[in-house]
Parts: sequence; C-alpha cells; structure tokens
Amino acid sequence: MSNWPAITFNVNGESHTVSVPPIKRLLDVLREDLHLTGTKEGCGEGECGSCSVRMNDELVNSCLIPILQASGTNIQTVEGLASSEHLHPIQQAFLQCGGAQCGICTPGMLMASTQLLSHNPHPTLDEIREGLAGNLCRCTGFIRIFESVIAACATDAKEEAEPERTANAR
Amino acid sequence: MQKKRPNRNGQQMRGNPHAHELIAPQHLSDVLRILADEPNEWTPIAGGTEIMVAHAAGRLTSKRLISLWNLSDLRFISSTPDNISIGGATTFAEIRRSATIATHVPLLAQAASWIGSIANQSRATLGGNLVNGSPAADSSPALLAYDAEIEAISIRGTRRIPYASFHTGYKRNALAPDELLYAIHIPLRFADHKQYIRKVGTRRAMAISKVALAATAQLQSKTIQEIRIAAASLAPFPTRLHRTEAALLNQQLTPEAIQFARTALLSEAAPIDDIRSTASYRTRVAVNLLEEFLTSLIQDRPA
Repeated sequence: MSNWPAITFNVNGESHTVSVPPIKRLLDVLREDLHLTGTKEGCGEGECGSCSVRMNDELVNSCLIPILQASGTNIQTVEGLASSEHLHPIQQAFLQCGGAQCGICTPGMLMASTQLLSHNPHPTLDEIREGLAGNLCRCTGFIRIFESVIAACATDAKEEAEPERTANAR
Repeated sequence: MQKKRPNRNGQQMRGNPHAHELIAPQHLSDVLRILADEPNEWTPIAGGTEIMVAHAAGRLTSKRLISLWNLSDLRFISSTPDNISIGGATTFAEIRRSATIATHVPLLAQAASWIGSIANQSRATLGGNLVNGSPAADSSPALLAYDAEIEAISIRGTRRIPYASFHTGYKRNALAPDELLYAIHIPLRFADHKQYIRKVGTRRAMAISKVALAATAQLQSKTIQEIRIAAASLAPFPTRLHRTEAALLNQQLTPEAIQFARTALLSEAAPIDDIRSTASYRTRVAVNLLEEFLTSLIQDRPA
C-alpha cells in the first residue's frame, strides 16, 4: 500500500518520509515504520503517558496523533536523548536513583521530565508532580522518579558550573 | 500489520487506519467549502484527544476526517479593553501560557490547568472541548460564568450564539453541519465580580469531573446584584443553574438565603449515576460547593 501521500517530518534531527494511511498513529509510525521501539504503548488512549514524545517542543501522547498532523514537525523520542555512548543527564539520574523498574513507563517519564526541565530547569516538587502527572508508573511508587528528576537538576547545575568537563554528555 | 482482536461484541478493538480518510487543507476557507459542499460527510478533527481515542478503540464511525490542527486562522488569543477572543483550535497549553487570560479570565486559566495532563493540554483545543460537549467538560462552567459567546463560521458567514444556549442536548449543539466553532468571546466586565471555581474529581490530574462549579457574582451592600452559577456533570450538558441564581438575585446573603439557594439547586440538578460517581454524591457535593462559594462572598466582603 504505497498510494498514500508522502508525509515528511523530523525525528531526532533526521528527516523521514513515510507513505502510510494519514490517520495512522505517530506511535505506530515510530515503532513499525521507523523501528524506533523506545516509545511504548500503554493505554492507547492518552491516559498513561507511556508513548510521550516531544513534538515541536511540546509534550504529546504519540498514540493520539494522526501522522498527517505530524507533517513538517520536529519530533524527539527517547532515542534522541543520549548522544553516542553518553546518557543524557536525565537518563543517568533515573539509572542512579532507581527511577525505572519494568521500564514500560520510563521512555515517557524521561520525555515528560525533559519537557519540564526544558522550560523550568529547577522545578519544585509540586511542579515535578504536575509535569509528570500524565505519566503513570505501576512499579516505583513515583518517589524515586521524582528523586531522579531532582537529581537531574543537580547534575544540570553542576554542568553549568563545569561545562568543559561534561560537554560530551550533553 | 494491524492487530485484529475481536471483542465480545465481535467488533474490532483496534481501529483500522486504512478505513479512514484524513485530509488537512491549508486554509480555513478550503475547509469551509468542503463542509458546505458535502454536509455531514466530514468530521472535523483538531487535536484528536477525543477522536483518536475512539479510533484506537475501533469506535470511530466517521470515515472521512478533516483536520483543523494547522489552521492558523483558528488559533489565536486576542483582546480589546472589553473582550477576550480565543480561536476555536487554540490549545489549553496556549491558554495556560496567556498572561492576558490569567489576568482577566482567571477561572478559564484555572479550568485549563485541570484538563488531562500536560501532554493532553498540548493537543486538546477549547473549541474541541465545547463541540465534543461532554457534560463534564472542564472549560464549560467558567465560560458560562463569564457569559461567553460562541462565534460560528461557515461559507455563509459568521454568527454569534450565547454559549449558554450552545448545548442543545447530550453531546448536541447549535452548530449547523457546515459550521465550525470559529471563536469564543469572553466579555471583560467581571473584573469587580467575586469569582469562584472548583472541580471535584478522583485525583488532581487526569481525572474527569465528578462535579464542577463556577460562579461570578456582584454584591452591593450585602445584596446580590448579579450572579451566574454554572455546573458540569449536573445535567446532560454543562449548564447554568438558573433557579439557583433566581433564588439568590437581589437577596441578602443570610443563612436562610443560603439554605434557600441549596434547596433551589437540589430542585434543578439532574445528574446521573455513572462509572465516575453517583447522582446523589454529585448533588450533595454541588450544594456544598455552592455553599462554599456563597460563604466566601460574605467573608471576602470588604467591611
């Protein structure tokens, strides 16, 4: 089936063009067509946040986006966080603080955290709770996830103080 | 490969993307032309937070969808000294970021913060919330309390509809098949009114209202000169509580008047039992919210 119109968008800085039904979910295009399986499907109805990605610097649930509406956008998925072998500070923080257990919610948690920190580098606990309120975890009890975000802020602050040492990690 | 798991009714639990057409004309005029030429054929889709849920579950009956998401003509927040206008496809994230809305229509800013999650607010639109017409719609009580107006648009032109008469039944509204919700206009004459809003749900985020109440009122020497009280989840659609308002208008806020208003609310509330709550709980909470609002009017009053 390639008589569908071509739809072009950027994912993690790379341009992609797909010919798929225009209502096909961004989530399914990422996983099936681009083989970016980091983004997970949880509820499939915008309630759980497992499929969160960033689209034009906004956090979105990729299960609710028809691919046609992603045309021309810049999308960041969990695969776009780490650079080469270096984890992103938010990933490092989740690893160190035990912010992940089974891992299904983790990509969404990381994207929601990244979104939060992108416009609020030093959120309060309440702001972290709000930023992650649309992302459900059934393992950790959330406390370690919140601690991970707080730890990532501390890492960021340290990086600001010592940019040359950690420049590669960004 | 699309998974095909039949549910108990033999329907597909998964939507089939091959079964739906979706187009995204560049200009509002093109969309309006298509809606006029083929009435009832196309379903508008903005941020998709309702339609894509139905699609994923295999419940989307519309075969042909027309996207409003990229129409800049429908995405704006503009203001004059007397009025704020919000384009139908403006997202709740945009509404929350607007300093004008936070300052002049704080009830709407508060309601926008209650919509789903950050990811839902990035996509859900004000027009979508109203056209979808859920009895529990988060933005509705605030807009009713501010006496907002809907502006509908079609190739025939535009027309204004008081928001209080926009909903005509459960998930039904006053729009003609060729019309879109172009804008919501909110008059800015409530600055010196007391304003109140509260939503009661299962938790603070992601919860659909069990019941919600918004109100504006103006008092002069303890007497209510003007009052608007609106509720979500007390009727088949978001609605003003006219009997309750009438019971309070031109009254002094004595304990007896408050009791009388509670009784009036009980007489006009028509909630239902559903998965989220019960009719009796909804009514009981609603009268308590009403009392909280009325009590705040007495307490806040400058001496």
